[in-house]
Amino acid sequence: MKDSYRDGTIILNEEVASGIFKLVLDGDFTGAPGQFYMLRGWNGLDPFLPRPISIGDVQDGRLTLLYEVRGRGTHIISRLSPGDSLSVLGPLGNGFQIYREGRIALVSGGIGIAPLLYLAKNTEAEVDLYSGFRSEPYFLDEFKPFVNEIKVSTEDGSLGHQGFVTELLRPEAYHAVISCGPMPMMEALAAQCRGKTELVLSMESHMACGIGACLGCTIQTVRGMERVCKEGPVFNAREVIFHG
Amino acid sequence: MARVDFCGIEFKNPVVAASGTFGFGREFQDYFDISSLGGISSKGLTLNEKSGNKGRRIHETAAGLMNSIGLQNPGVEGFIKDEWPFMKGLDTVVMANLGGGTVEEYVEGARLLDETDVPIIELNISCPNVKEGGMAFGIQCAPASIVVEAVRAVTDKPLVVKLSPNAENIVEMALACVDAGADALSLVNTFNALAIDIKTRRPVFNNITAGLSGPAIKPIALRMVYEVSRAVNVPIIGMGGIMNWEDAVEYIMAGATLVQVGSANFRKPDICLDIIRGIEEYMDGEGLEDLEEIRGIIGR
Repeated sequence: MKDSYRDGTIILNEEVASGIFKLVLDGDFTGAPGQFYMLRGWNGLDPFLPRPISIGDVQDGRLTLLYEVRGRGTHIISRLSPGDSLSVLGPLGNGFQIYREGRIALVSGGIGIAPLLYLAKNTEAEVDLYSGFRSEPYFLDEFKPFVNEIKVSTEDGSLGHQGFVTELLRPEAYHAVISCGPMPMMEALAAQCRGKTELVLSMESHMACGIGACLGCTIQTVRGMERVCKEGPVFNAREVIFHG
Repeated sequence: MARVDFCGIEFKNPVVAASGTFGFGREFQDYFDISSLGGISSKGLTLNEKSGNKGRRIHETAAGLMNSIGLQNPGVEGFIKDEWPFMKGLDTVVMANLGGGTVEEYVEGARLLDETDVPIIELNISCPNVKEGGMAFGIQCAPASIVVEAVRAVTDKPLVVKLSPNAENIVEMALACVDAGADALSLVNTFNALAIDIKTRRPVFNNITAGLSGPAIKPIALRMVYEVSRAVNVPIIGMGGIMNWEDAVEYIMAGATLVQVGSANFRKPDICLDIIRGIEEYMDGEGLEDLEEIRGIIGR
């Protein structure tokens, strides 16, 4: 049997960039890179659904989650303080394959950087990080001990390359590219990597249950409809049918 | 203690996991012993396999949830081959929930299910999200009568008809379905509803409208269960926004024999277990031997 929702105590919940929060929960948490937790930081029936947030790191049972304030749920979570508790379910979904050798590129767009740190820490391959942001970058320092090179782009030119992060990447230089970010970015990346290298994507979707029951988060794949929460959130780009 | 007789079949307790919120049970067995449920209503089946709707499928609303899943399901034969053997092994009562786009599809689906030992068929004439969901049959009494009568003719299994709250008149609809041969009624399915994305200036869902469920609809659904249970002489399965044992007891006091728990499963996978325990403790505390003692009590 797996645990149903249980409480985690907040030991840190701080804004690391505008609207971007780093949350650390104390407990006996587990999880593999690419898996996620469902979070509820309120009592009562409104907001109705918990929020899926990918694992940023797990260390000594402490769970780190990086999240962006998008709507009412994440707004409420952002107002919680150390000592407060959150209701959590997980770890859920299938994570990344862990590369033991070769060179891999991690490519993030915005808050898509969240699941990639835990992956960078756990891979034995040589890793370069390509991170795109709209404006102010975040979380990059945390990667420094685990990656060779960090390349940054911002849409407004405030740091690094001005434009999209995909413009910096040479896919043929890598054994695999692993990405998490907005759909248009991942779709562009799929076209860029096709025939050159393997591309692995961590997908995002609106979710209700997080455990594979509601069929709300499905995407189209070459095998038919698949659940982001159950078969995913990690998919090989070859399997994903964009705009299906 | 909370045992219930429904259409001659014994349920351990009145709590049934609602169709479309519990799959075929597999995902929940990791979280609790699903044999402790009174029953499970299967994901909505159609004669042929369906991949469901494209675009957004889920949208949260105030104390509720809109969905436009579109009856993604393996088809009746896929169910019989791949899911029923698993569900049959559970020590709980399974209802096969059956939808359809035409009378012929309903009849063929029911005929296939009739050949199995599935104990109960729940006929869905109320899914708002697909043409094949049957809501076309669930708005007016005449088409509902035709499909219920046609399915009745091909099966002797207990036949529950699941009603839509979007019916023109829920009481007349209930009476028409009972006249046509329904052994029991379940109500309500989701309310047809609309959400708009003001940034894109478009409806959230490709189909424009979608089905609303959750606590937001509970008082309306409860009123409908009350009105229908007063008007018909068959057992009722009440549902709509049941989040806890108190909600379940309200439905029973309104006249329901069984209750179905739907959207609440998405907030906590083992919520049905909490509801079952709550009902048992309530019965203990009130000294109730049988839920019959409070069933429909507000109308007596």
